[in-house]
Amino acid sequence: MINPTKSYKKTFIILLITLVFVFIVNLSLGSVYIPLKQVFLALTNGELEKDSWGSIILSVRLPKAITAIIVGSGLSISGLLMQTLFRNPLAGPFVLGISSGASLGVAILILGGSFLGANITSYAFTNFGLAIAASLGAFLVLSAVMIAAQKVKNTMSILIIGLMFGSLTSAVISILAYFGSASQLQQYMFWSFGSLGNLSWKEITVLCVAFLIGISFVIFIIKPLNTLLLGENYAKSLGVNVKKTRNLVLIATSLLTGVITAFSGPIAFIGLAVPHLTKLLFSTSNHKTLIPAVAISGAIIMLICDSIAQLPTSEYTLPINAITSLFGAPIIIWLLVRKRKVYY
Amino acid sequence: MKQPKKHILKTTNLSIGYTSKKQVSVIATDLSINLEAGNLVCLLGKNGIGKSTLLRTLTKVQPALNGTVLIDQKNLDNLTNIELSKIMSLVLTERLPDSSLTVFELVALGRQPFTNWIGYLTNKDMEIIQMAFKKTNTSHLMNSKCYELSDGQLQKILIARALTQDTPIIVLDEPTAHLDLHHTVNTFSLLKNLAAEFNKTIIVSTHEANLALQLADELWLMSSSKFISGKTDILIENNELELLFDSNLISFNKALKQFSISNSF
Repeated sequence: MINPTKSYKKTFIILLITLVFVFIVNLSLGSVYIPLKQVFLALTNGELEKDSWGSIILSVRLPKAITAIIVGSGLSISGLLMQTLFRNPLAGPFVLGISSGASLGVAILILGGSFLGANITSYAFTNFGLAIAASLGAFLVLSAVMIAAQKVKNTMSILIIGLMFGSLTSAVISILAYFGSASQLQQYMFWSFGSLGNLSWKEITVLCVAFLIGISFVIFIIKPLNTLLLGENYAKSLGVNVKKTRNLVLIATSLLTGVITAFSGPIAFIGLAVPHLTKLLFSTSNHKTLIPAVAISGAIIMLICDSIAQLPTSEYTLPINAITSLFGAPIIIWLLVRKRKVYY
Repeated sequence: MKQPKKHILKTTNLSIGYTSKKQVSVIATDLSINLEAGNLVCLLGKNGIGKSTLLRTLTKVQPALNGTVLIDQKNLDNLTNIELSKIMSLVLTERLPDSSLTVFELVALGRQPFTNWIGYLTNKDMEIIQMAFKKTNTSHLMNSKCYELSDGQLQKILIARALTQDTPIIVLDEPTAHLDLHHTVNTFSLLKNLAAEFNKTIIVSTHEANLALQLADELWLMSSSKFISGKTDILIENNELELLFDSNLISFNKALKQFSISNSF
């Protein structure tokens, strides 16, 4: 018998070519336009027309493009995992309170400075300072959610607990914001807009390592994730250790989203929307297909959003969070209206 | 040559029910079951009498309050999920979560306990999957999406999935609850056939008492006062079926081997 499982080789090849194309275009666009051919030469250590182009690409645009790929893939995969685990189309990478935890950490660092009365400010606002505050916050809130998760049997309850922690932290942030000064507020707002740039190669290495560890967890839960599509009881009857799978999903997601949020801020929408977009494109629920598909699509969409956010040939850069939602939401709405219904 | 029949399921002093922090609510005690392989068993009883609790206990979804369950001569408590998944497959009443799984993918998921870490289907797996489609007469549905199926088709596919798991025991919780007469009879005759021809032990909880009387090799009767298990004919002979329903409402006609509405009604 021929395996009737559809092969998506063609779609994957098209997606990969698109990824490479978008990547190169992303490198060529910016405040200064660099021709595609020169981008190629810069990447392959060739002779360039202008020396400055080489350093623009290698030390500014390349790190940013790589960050975009990791952020896009990581958030999208996390979103997919959450949607399968909770069997809820509204679940995203941030339902476990990771983004609210990170926001809380940063809010306490920036806005809470006046409360603490400390002079940590000048040192603390470096990238690593913010990243550490965000990580600590995310880790604390996530641990609270995980401890609660061990107590409850029902997976849905974890979702609600995560959302409740989110409400709690945003309440604390509101109070901090109320007492904060205008300049502190602005600084906090800038962080919450999200940003892909400004990462050094050292920081990107940290990001890459965390990404690879997260992905390797994901590869080993593809099989139980497919079984979970039948519901927890069937999964159990098929020999799946549901609790262990749930914990692995939570660990992989928190690692991916936690580190990404720490370095690039709470980037909205991608984690929720890309899995939907991919499911519409592939119309499958099989994670063997969906995981790589979501990873590539996430990277492509993040690169496109970043290219738009830079407002090519101008000096200005728009907040990446605004772009992801501004362009993503209408596309999802259009696709849903056209296809009528999505199945998970 | 026919193999000597052995007890595939045996319980001793089994008590079922729920424990919460404050109290233990016992649903039934002293359940004794001695089931031989290759039988179609129907579990009969009114709503809320504890049929699902019994099935949940026998399938290790919830723990027994007391007593032991031996499955294939092994204590149920000592079996891991994966070991149990190779002995017993389930068809549940709960609706499948929405997904765009194809029928083939759904049925193939029955091979999960046997496949490697990524779920690769070997030729042997493919043969077993194909057999399951053939036995349930559903090969033409293979490429459909699960959400496109009618209730009757879906039920057959779920049975095919259980068959793919290739277990000696299949447990079905009210498989015909949403089906019309045609599909109900169809499902039962399929189950009967699987038990007779492939020596599967099939345990079905159902409200189709009259059908069960005609098709089941063995009956498990649950009422608030007691639990009886035994061969259908013997139970009929001993007038045990009377206790299943309130005789003012429904009475058992021994000659016809059927339940009917009481004359006094």
